[in-house]
Amino acid sequence: MEKIKSIEELRKLREHARESLKVRSGETKVKIMVSMGTVGIAAGARDTLMAIISELEKREYHDAQIVERGSLGLDREEPVVAVERDKKTVFYGKVTPEVAREIVAQHVINGQIVSEWVIAKE
Amino acid sequence: MKIYRIHALICAGAQCLAAGGNGFEEALKNELKKHNIEEEVCVVETGCMGACQLGPLLVVYPEGIMYTNVEAKDAKEIVEEHFLKGRPIKRLMWKKEGKEEFPGLKDIPFFAKQTKIVLRNCGLINPEDINEYIARNGYKALAKAIVEMKPQDVIDVVKESGLRGRGGAGFPTGLKWSFAANQDSEEKYMICNADEGDPGAYMDRSVLEGDPHSVIEGMMIAGYAIGANRGYIYVRAEYPLAVRRLETAIKQAKQAGLLGKNILGTNFSFDIELRMGAGAFVCGEETALINSIEGKRGEPRKKPPFPAISGLFGKPTIINNVETLANLSVIIDKGAKFFKQFGTEKSPGTKVFALAGKVNISGLVEVPMGTSLRKIVFDIGGGIPEGHTFKGALTGGPSGGVIPMEFIDTPMDYESLPALGTIMGSGGLIIMDETSCMVDVAKFFLKFVVDESCGKCVPCREGTKQMLKILERITSGRGQKEDIDRLEKMGKLIKLTALCALGQTAPNPVLSTIKYFKEEYLAHIIDKKCPAGICQFSALKEGGKKHEAKVTH
Repeated sequence: MEKIKSIEELRKLREHARESLKVRSGETKVKIMVSMGTVGIAAGARDTLMAIISELEKREYHDAQIVERGSLGLDREEPVVAVERDKKTVFYGKVTPEVAREIVAQHVINGQIVSEWVIAKE
Repeated sequence: MKIYRIHALICAGAQCLAAGGNGFEEALKNELKKHNIEEEVCVVETGCMGACQLGPLLVVYPEGIMYTNVEAKDAKEIVEEHFLKGRPIKRLMWKKEGKEEFPGLKDIPFFAKQTKIVLRNCGLINPEDINEYIARNGYKALAKAIVEMKPQDVIDVVKESGLRGRGGAGFPTGLKWSFAANQDSEEKYMICNADEGDPGAYMDRSVLEGDPHSVIEGMMIAGYAIGANRGYIYVRAEYPLAVRRLETAIKQAKQAGLLGKNILGTNFSFDIELRMGAGAFVCGEETALINSIEGKRGEPRKKPPFPAISGLFGKPTIINNVETLANLSVIIDKGAKFFKQFGTEKSPGTKVFALAGKVNISGLVEVPMGTSLRKIVFDIGGGIPEGHTFKGALTGGPSGGVIPMEFIDTPMDYESLPALGTIMGSGGLIIMDETSCMVDVAKFFLKFVVDESCGKCVPCREGTKQMLKILERITSGRGQKEDIDRLEKMGKLIKLTALCALGQTAPNPVLSTIKYFKEEYLAHIIDKKCPAGICQFSALKEGGKKHEAKVTH
């Protein structure tokens, strides 16, 4: 690791390091929930999940937590992904890896709901 | 930067490792590999989370789910069900007593009722990664001190905070520093006393293992305040994991330029060396510790001169305990006012206790000063195991005394405990129920002192030995009526005449148990009975002296 030479450099390092620990506080701006029931997995939820992680990584966005959960019963719409942001939850259906990347870029990071794939709102 | 969707924190304190934590981590990593999700899950070896009795512990974020008593065979289920499908394993989760309810991490009483300042990072960060410490405001206070404050300002803030030495005596830290700061000397030293020796106490070890950088940062702030450029950490060789983590932390701090010359571009330079203690209890006494660092026999020196005037190599030296030092960065960063909102007026801040003995959840707890013993034992520790009743608690280890049931609501602080005839000590808290014999407990601690007395002064060397002989007589059914008076007389004399704190406090457990449990001593002496059924007199009844050699305790 490089030497920290000033109080300013220490501050920058702190801000940077803090990002990767956000998950442990449980207090992220966005919560992404992926349904991982049997049907979801069969419909490709794993690939969707991986796409979400890689898109977040690509865009260096750390203020989101990814939670897996059971099926919601909407088998027809699997893989189902829900995004909780600004106290509202939006459910997306038939989320392929490509759609997942779009959701991350638009909704998760910028707060723009991707209406094309929305199946329900809470 | 890499993103992990799951952070799996495994408690890797010495206890949990001893309980099999090692095997679990390996099994977990193997399972992650098998299912090809190593890249998604960040496995972190963290410090002590406190609930040692339920260890090894595993906490999974972002959900904040705590698994207790995890074993290698549980790894498969955790990975396949929880990590892959998002179904937490209820069987392993922390349960509400006797109910099928699973409170979140923040709602478990054992954790929710604690206030963490010293242990703020323990169990939350990877102690072997300086970046995680920095993320949690690490070295922010140091930067503030050396860039924005004068040494005197630092001393003033610490004085204002009311921080008192957590090693046991409770001497005001800021005042102690000012003695050394006022000395005109080119060379001064800052020592961290990590020679934690009280039986049953492991607060300092947990801080060193779980958050070593907080101690290093504390030492540097203290060093800056008093004008020292060199620090020594005197740590027990019996704490190999703490030593390893300290070595790693010092190395990383040096690489980051946070230890060494001209730190953060200022004129302040500081370096730290580790010194290993060879297992002598007396070396926790500051002057004996200094002798030991100098390579001399670990015997206490006469005071005065106090170390702050003439200490290590005859230079002004400040010795602070691990827990004291771990408080410092919070005080400097958040201010004296923040610190004073916890605890009592004369004893601000928090105290870490190592809760042990006859209690449901034994482990490490941090509470505001002045918290009642009842709250610690019953609200946090979950009470006494079923069917038994609380009898007393021993604070301060071999230098302390007992708090009986009638004083269970006493606030735990530096004023109230001495009023009861005990001391705060370093934080060992041993809970006893009706199956504990108080005479036997006193004997245990006195035996410890007899073994550990360095032998330099007569009262400690000879006096404690004679007291132990009397106690052995009493617990084998040969006690005499005058023995209680003899113990009290000798105890008071040793307290007045011993050279160092080891001897001066050695009679405390005996005097305190006589004070509150005299009837138990009398039962041993007059009725030849041990009410708790610990001491055995059978051989005596059968035929006196002939069988005496066979008496076992």
